[in-house]
Amino acid sequence: MTSLSDTQSTSPDTWASNVKTQVTSGARLAALIAGARGDDVRMLAVLSRRGNLSVEETTSPTNLSQFPSLTPEIPSVIWYEREIHDLFGVRFSGHRTNDALVLPLPEGTPPPRPGSDTRLSWAPIDDTPPRSRLEGEGAFTISYGPVRSGVFESIEYLVETTGEEIPSLSLRVSYKHRGIEKSFEGLGVDDGALLAERYEGVASVAHAIAFCGAVESIGKIEIPTSAQYMRVIHAELERIANHLDSSIRHVEASGQAVAFARLTFHKERIQRLRSRLCGSRFGRGVVVPGGVSASPKLRATDLRNEVDVIESDIAADLKLLMNTPSFLDRLRGTGFLSTRTVLDHGALGPIARGSGVSEDTRFLRPYAAYGSLGHGLIEVSGEGDALARQRVRIGEIEQAFGLVRRAVEELNDLGSPSDDQWAAQVPRLSGEAIGWAEAPQGEILTWVQIRDGLLTRVKPRSASFHNLALFPLAFPKDILTDFAFIEASFGLSIAGVSG
Amino acid sequence: MPWIPRGLQNGIVTSTYPRRPDGYGNAFNGAIVVSDVEHSRSVATAVEQCPARAIDVVEGVLQLDRGKCILCGRCADIAPDVFTISPLFASSAIRRRDLRVPALEESDEDLRLVRDGLARRVKSLRRSIHIRHVDAGSDGSDEWEIAALTNPVYDVQRLGIYFTASPRHADILLVTGVVTSGMMEPLLHTYDVMPNPKIVIAAGVDAISGGLIGEGYASRGGVAGSLHVDVFVPGSPASPFSLLHGILTALNRFPLEKTVDGRRRSGSAR
Repeated sequence: MTSLSDTQSTSPDTWASNVKTQVTSGARLAALIAGARGDDVRMLAVLSRRGNLSVEETTSPTNLSQFPSLTPEIPSVIWYEREIHDLFGVRFSGHRTNDALVLPLPEGTPPPRPGSDTRLSWAPIDDTPPRSRLEGEGAFTISYGPVRSGVFESIEYLVETTGEEIPSLSLRVSYKHRGIEKSFEGLGVDDGALLAERYEGVASVAHAIAFCGAVESIGKIEIPTSAQYMRVIHAELERIANHLDSSIRHVEASGQAVAFARLTFHKERIQRLRSRLCGSRFGRGVVVPGGVSASPKLRATDLRNEVDVIESDIAADLKLLMNTPSFLDRLRGTGFLSTRTVLDHGALGPIARGSGVSEDTRFLRPYAAYGSLGHGLIEVSGEGDALARQRVRIGEIEQAFGLVRRAVEELNDLGSPSDDQWAAQVPRLSGEAIGWAEAPQGEILTWVQIRDGLLTRVKPRSASFHNLALFPLAFPKDILTDFAFIEASFGLSIAGVSG
Repeated sequence: MPWIPRGLQNGIVTSTYPRRPDGYGNAFNGAIVVSDVEHSRSVATAVEQCPARAIDVVEGVLQLDRGKCILCGRCADIAPDVFTISPLFASSAIRRRDLRVPALEESDEDLRLVRDGLARRVKSLRRSIHIRHVDAGSDGSDEWEIAALTNPVYDVQRLGIYFTASPRHADILLVTGVVTSGMMEPLLHTYDVMPNPKIVIAAGVDAISGGLIGEGYASRGGVAGSLHVDVFVPGSPASPFSLLHGILTALNRFPLEKTVDGRRRSGSAR
């Protein structure tokens, strides 16, 4: 994990030019995150170069009315700047980033400023609809959301169309902004891990790993080997469930009733296996700072047998699915993202891998037991369409089963560790660091700041947040009826975007 | 064509619940049970350490609020003689205060009134129930559990329960999430356009109390501040079995029976 103690803070202008130089020379802008410090705002640009993270830091004084925007040179930064504008009141110069993203406060309302002592009471929001961009005869805007047909998370898609094609699409993600980052402040690290799980509930395990990784990095804590394997088992089962969910959304949209029944049945079996391992269907409470909370509730042989049965059933059905023309026809060529787009945007996870970009945190910056289980990057597809993303997910499901099996074996070889061999002691800590994990949706980065054992600022950056900004770009040749497939092929959670 | 035999491959996988108990019903954490034993000193530590602030001792009476409890099990580690993690999933309640356990001694009169009122409202719905779900600021896991109700294992259609796209067809408004400032208006609007009679279910501790987020600048701390809630379904998130129990409770499909020892217990659902 990356400790931030040796990061130098520079002036905003120097900082902006340093970040631009880095990105021009091939670094990926992984995140732009901020935290209030007194009246000022600290801003950290996290850059990744072939997986190695570095941080450029600056502090924006209060009286600075305009902050140099990076968006003109680095398009992927636009959502970050809009979010920072909403939460901290920082104004960026040079383009229209000052449109609200997560929190549309009315003019003059003080922002919540995560990291500061500010305690904002219930804040009214300004729900004026955004202006449409498309003009011309016959052009109209379809507002889809926030309450949509079906059981979905709340988001509004504004589809601007002249009939079938979708020349312009914008999103409103502010509906479910919960202000969860402020809720971390003042908690101890154990409670912080429980809250991190709820930042993006479908990726609870990955968020807990990223949060705890940061805490362990601050304390230079070595977690027990048995705990490392347990983290892999839970994280990979979470990946399988999420990837199945993406397939389920696809078959639901293409109206394949039997495939839908089969895949939802398999997903339920995975959720049940997870609950039998730890009591929670989402692996909650397993990953704690220092290790894991308890030994698995299932014996290794039972777990292994169960995994074998489910795996072969899933593999058979996915194989048949990938030979079902009425399914493939809906995905082939749909929601195309070029390698260039994905690189420019620094896209993450299966979305990047479906367009030929293969970064995977598990193998580039190994955490938990990923360094020792003998797996590496899966073969990526380069076609860039929804089908390529589906293929990537199927490859990852197969690999995830392999990783679970290996981790179970290794854990079994350790014998039965005693209770204190599941988690290392975590003393009262002070400091800050960035932790990470490869969620099913892609790389999570979590910035954690602790003073005397209490959290002062936690900023989880989910892959969903980074990737959803790409969504409007995935409709080059697509029509309205492709919408559900493109959304399913992104496989994101809105909770992790809105915060 | 090749899909047809696949559909038959695993035989019937559908749960027997609520007609008969389901084996999986005992395989996950459903609720914390509080025993009546003399409170040990560790209870004070459990109260202090509870991340959800769900445990309270008021005037010497210990209560745990399942409307806040996220089932982390920390209290059961600290004071195992008092708190036990139980697989009990039938934990929904028609009054907020019934989520506080153990229940205080009181007359059944009020509970009976609330129950009868609800029963009168749902009588006309019979066995064709349409549910409209609204995410009012969940963490995303609640939606997975609700969606699971349509998988072949829970298969709510067999009970005459359906999800509907339009609130105009809906009998039940199933709300998840803390109720954010952004979702207030869409939530109330959805409720307004539903036909009478309408039932509101708050699913999961986020919807009941705001859960770990509670009240904040963007969170109302649950549905009850905005709408009258008929059924509260605890859990973080509420499991499919808990949701099913909550929905059937709303529909008055669990007749309460008097047993020999005079205590109420839930009979099998109709």
